[in-house]
Amino acid sequence: MADRAFIATRKGLFELAYRNGEWQLDDRKSFYGDPVSMVLHDARDGATYACLNLGHFGAKMHRRDAGSEEWKEIAVPAYPPKPEASTDKIDWTLKQIWSLEAGGPDQPGVLWAGTLPGGLFRSNDRGESWQLVESLWDVPERTQWFGGGYDVPGIHSICVDPRDSKSVLVGVSCGGAWVTNDGGAHWQLRTKGMAARYMPPDMQDVGAVQDPHRIVRCAADPDVLWCQHHNGIWQSRNNAETWEEVTAPLSSFGFAVAVHPRDGKTAWFAPAVADQQRVPVEAALAVNRTADGGASFATLRGGLPQEHCYDLVYRHGLAVADDGKTLLMASTTGGAWLSTNGGDHWQTISTTLPPVYAVRFN
Amino acid sequence: MAQIIFTQQLARFLPVPTLETEAATLRAALDEAFAANPRLGAYVLDEQGRLRANVVVFIDGKRSELDVALRHDSKIYVLQALSGG
Repeated sequence: MADRAFIATRKGLFELAYRNGEWQLDDRKSFYGDPVSMVLHDARDGATYACLNLGHFGAKMHRRDAGSEEWKEIAVPAYPPKPEASTDKIDWTLKQIWSLEAGGPDQPGVLWAGTLPGGLFRSNDRGESWQLVESLWDVPERTQWFGGGYDVPGIHSICVDPRDSKSVLVGVSCGGAWVTNDGGAHWQLRTKGMAARYMPPDMQDVGAVQDPHRIVRCAADPDVLWCQHHNGIWQSRNNAETWEEVTAPLSSFGFAVAVHPRDGKTAWFAPAVADQQRVPVEAALAVNRTADGGASFATLRGGLPQEHCYDLVYRHGLAVADDGKTLLMASTTGGAWLSTNGGDHWQTISTTLPPVYAVRFN
Repeated sequence: MAQIIFTQQLARFLPVPTLETEAATLRAALDEAFAANPRLGAYVLDEQGRLRANVVVFIDGKRSELDVALRHDSKIYVLQALSGG
């Protein structure tokens, strides 16, 4: 059972510990004052990874090994020189590490990093070195990608298939959902059913312009994927072969989604009004939960602020622990709430944290 | 000998003693500094070898690019630009 949680913020990495039956903010703070764009606890070896985005000095990465209190700076992904003949308008330099995931249990040391401006990188040695996944970087459709959330495209979601570590799905804002079944040698665009309503009418079904805000996979039912998209909620029951739109109460707009690790029909969302009004509906924070694959939703408010609340939960601001009922949610205005009963009730961890970029359980 | 002085904001992340150099250009001087302190390079330059957008270099009172020639007594300050916030 998870006994530690991580909150990556604009001003450091904070940790929650479960002690004496309670979750509380821990005294341990890391990178105090520096932006931490992503955090990962690797269950395979107990290491924790933190991705920094130092405003002046670039993106950095650190690893804290199991049992250690010390962070060690490790390598970051680096883009190769752009060929002189290239017409690519994107600057081939690392802007930010936006997503970080462990490879499969049969791939010790393998990590995947999704970056701005859109490159996927793989490490085989726990982040001591990185290689650009050129097969995805070179797909012709990348010329259609564009920024969503940032000025340049970025990979925010990496879903390794627990049945086969060579099968990986990545989500790109804005660039669609891509699947490899051979460890990254070849990629297929998998967005059938999605709709990009910010595009001209005749382009709304174009795959490489979709803006999946976040995609998550059910660990025990890996064909089930949930996507909080710019234009609504989609789910797939066939490993992204097709996607079906789902309508949630209050609003289907948002950024975050979490799926129950053992029940693909249960997923949580943090709705906001709309893309042009990124605040909770009626300034009251709520979580939408479906337990039947999107046929119906419960809107959960217990313990969440219900007036004058303008908190937005960004892409990586909602996480569920392995028990399927402990949830952590945190906002871009520094609110953090934890539930131990699937979202029925939330305890306030803080309302005064720095802006939160990502939350994770160990 | 020319001197390279790094912002002490960098000392939060790695040691940045003041260095002396006989290099002919800023780029060569920085290459010497990075050879002695391998992590430093990625804090000052991006992976394409350009000054980071929010790092500035002043040489003898003038904001400078990497190809600038150095005098034997130049003072080089590698600083963070306030634009990077």
